[in-house]
Amino acid sequence: MAKVYIDPITRIEGHLSIEMDVQDGKVVDAKCRGDMFRGYETILQGRNPVDANQIVQRICGVCPISHGISSSKCLEDAFGIKPNKNGRVLRNLILAANFIQSHILHFYHLNALDFVDITAILKYRGSDEGMLRIKNWADNELKVKNGRIDQITAVGPFLPRYEGNFYVKDTDTNLDLISGYVKALDIRQKTHQMVALFGGRAPHAIGLVPGGITTVPTKDRIKKFRKLLGEAEDFINDVWSHHVVAVAKTFPEYFKLGKYENFLSYGAFEQDNENKTFTFDRGAVTGDRKLDFTTEVITENVRYGKYRDGSDLHPFKGETLPSPDKKDGYTWIKAPRYKDLPMEVGPLARVVIGYMNGTGGIKVELDKVLRQFNAELPTAYSVLGRHVARLIEGKILAKEMYKWLDEVEVNGKPRNSYTIPDESRGEGLCEAPRGALGHWITVKNKTIENYQCVVPTTWYCSPKDGKGVYGPVEQALIGTPITDVNNPIEAARVVRSFDPCLACAVHVVEGDREIGNFKVC
Amino acid sequence: MAMNRREFLKIMGGTTAALAFPGVLLQGCKKAIEKASERTQVIWIMAQSCSGCSVSLLNKLNPGLESVITEYIGLNYHQTLMGGTGHVAIQVLEEAVKKKRKDYVLVIEGSIPTKNEKFCTIGEVDGHHVSARHWIEELGKNAKAVIAVGSCAAYGGIPAGKSMVTGENPTGAVSASEIIKDKTIINVPGCPPHPDWMIGTILHLILKGMPKLDEYGRPLLYFGKTVHEKCERLFYYKRGIFAKEWGDKGCLYELGCLGMDSCCDIPERRWNNGVNTCTESGSGCIGCTEKVFPDYGKRGMYQHLHGDSRKENNNSSIAGIASGGGKLNG
Repeated sequence: MAKVYIDPITRIEGHLSIEMDVQDGKVVDAKCRGDMFRGYETILQGRNPVDANQIVQRICGVCPISHGISSSKCLEDAFGIKPNKNGRVLRNLILAANFIQSHILHFYHLNALDFVDITAILKYRGSDEGMLRIKNWADNELKVKNGRIDQITAVGPFLPRYEGNFYVKDTDTNLDLISGYVKALDIRQKTHQMVALFGGRAPHAIGLVPGGITTVPTKDRIKKFRKLLGEAEDFINDVWSHHVVAVAKTFPEYFKLGKYENFLSYGAFEQDNENKTFTFDRGAVTGDRKLDFTTEVITENVRYGKYRDGSDLHPFKGETLPSPDKKDGYTWIKAPRYKDLPMEVGPLARVVIGYMNGTGGIKVELDKVLRQFNAELPTAYSVLGRHVARLIEGKILAKEMYKWLDEVEVNGKPRNSYTIPDESRGEGLCEAPRGALGHWITVKNKTIENYQCVVPTTWYCSPKDGKGVYGPVEQALIGTPITDVNNPIEAARVVRSFDPCLACAVHVVEGDREIGNFKVC
Repeated sequence: MAMNRREFLKIMGGTTAALAFPGVLLQGCKKAIEKASERTQVIWIMAQSCSGCSVSLLNKLNPGLESVITEYIGLNYHQTLMGGTGHVAIQVLEEAVKKKRKDYVLVIEGSIPTKNEKFCTIGEVDGHHVSARHWIEELGKNAKAVIAVGSCAAYGGIPAGKSMVTGENPTGAVSASEIIKDKTIINVPGCPPHPDWMIGTILHLILKGMPKLDEYGRPLLYFGKTVHEKCERLFYYKRGIFAKEWGDKGCLYELGCLGMDSCCDIPERRWNNGVNTCTESGSGCIGCTEKVFPDYGKRGMYQHLHGDSRKENNNSSIAGIASGGGKLNG
């Protein structure tokens, strides 16, 4: 049996590492380790509640919008207000643009290098100026750095990489994916322009406030947004969708790898101001069975987390003190459980829940893909299923955004007003591109008494709990074939398919304050 | 795609700087672009960061990021973008330390925890976790120059914020300059920093040497003026029209906008291909480029230095107010 470490897992957000036991060419045990801790909720104590709306966005630079909106909703709940219609619709537009931004970043800039053979650029024979520039650069790097002290960094940051018989072999497919990578850089920054048009800037939108947003939706801004949306939509349908299929056709075994079957979603993109209907539904699923949705059955366990014990408490009652040198503690991530089940959250969870509910275009889109591969729904519970789910969300959101643009009242007020109460508490549930996100606040003397976030990556990068049940990524890794223990690319592909965001996963409330009980729906 | 003169000026300092120092920039420009073919190597390391600086970097335009990587710098190590994973990635850092490479600029993103090294580790060497602090100390020794991008690396930022109840910070997070003490660190603050500030500073260093810095280690090119001086809403301020709620018409001072006390060129440079700014969007400046962000003593984000200084400043000249820029840090 070999111990195999992947430390760090690069091309994700933040600091994550994996420890595996590999026997007879397969993973037999896995530990998912969060390697960074900041303590955000402690830092929030005693501040003006409205400051939280900005501060929590800095939990994560990839999904700040989701944190900002969760926080806005949490503050609205505490302040006893709702956003006005413009506020709700404009927020949906900002969030949707950031979903597409994050999903494109994930497929191309974070994951593609696990599949594409970047050295194929040296075989480029076409006349595209951009591709030729990259070819000449790569060629030059290899020559100039040969024998130099920094030889290992030639063609950086794309090389060095895991070497082996791992990558796409067909030159045209490789070149097409490389050109997609470059094109995606441009489209991704354009989706960030969409975020900034209404959000002030991206990342870390300055314009999210309790009650809505601050930027007035002028005709000019809507027009610019629509134009950028058109470009993004073309890219989704003409480029991204082909590339997902190309990868799936080359690596069909990844429909059988990284399997997991418990799913949870808080719901995102409100269709009304009462949080009743969503573009992506609320729900919980295990296998082919739907579970009732309530946040009251959520507990957090710290048996293997680097925290002083206080296991199996509802997160609002969290007793979590950092304990960096705890014996058996192998991660900064806690182990949340839903009715004792570790849950996968994120695009696949949302798509599976939507599929089972027959919501919107989700069923149609997923069936289209499943038919191509002659497969049933459980096939999607996999590495490739996660990539397909992101694409489906991109397609559906692009369509929805046109409708939302038509719903905006031009030059209308983008928010409702609020006053900060002396004492109150609130809950804000939202979805980040990578999954279910919840914020909870208690307000005392018009300041934050306590603030708590339970975030997506905590769910799927969770460690084992007190009963020895592994977290979703750990379970998905067990059984994965590893052809070369020195280049364990198969495991990296499984982990990256979840889109881990470690900055989000690791930050806890200090002390033993009770934050109250909350009901959902 | 080579940069033309106008693009070069834009990235180096924007139109304002070009007006302020036309001779200097014009003179150096042509020679500088020629020299760009000899790329400087960059090692970009992340400690307690949210990756927001890197995501902002991806928004680089004129030139775009692919052009920066293939024409201007050699990006040796960047956790979010690099092909290598695990030991293959760590090898780059290990070799740089072992071989005593001296040819790279070290860029640091994120604050560094000091209470316990396990609060942030990057990779393993000989079976032991290596702390972010260790890498930064080792790589800092031989680096040609060190740039701290983002307010966390520059000043500690939000991870260094204190609980307003206990007055303590959970991890003892500090800035890069508190870890690397024998070198001048160039601070490029902002939460996030504008991509032009990050790439512009690296290019300035490579092509024209050390940029002029202010007392907080910030390049004057980008942080030499207050937000207030060039604010789109200055018109309202001069006429005494003040917004009462977010997004309303008027100067945002009464809502807690910190533009008078904070330095950066966002009102002119603008965010995300120029589509919006912090003040134009109706939210106001939160002082994210300042050393005191986000605690501001104990004032919090939307609180001014002292009561309503607007009344005191209302009749003074713009220049007078501008001279108070960065007062937050005092």
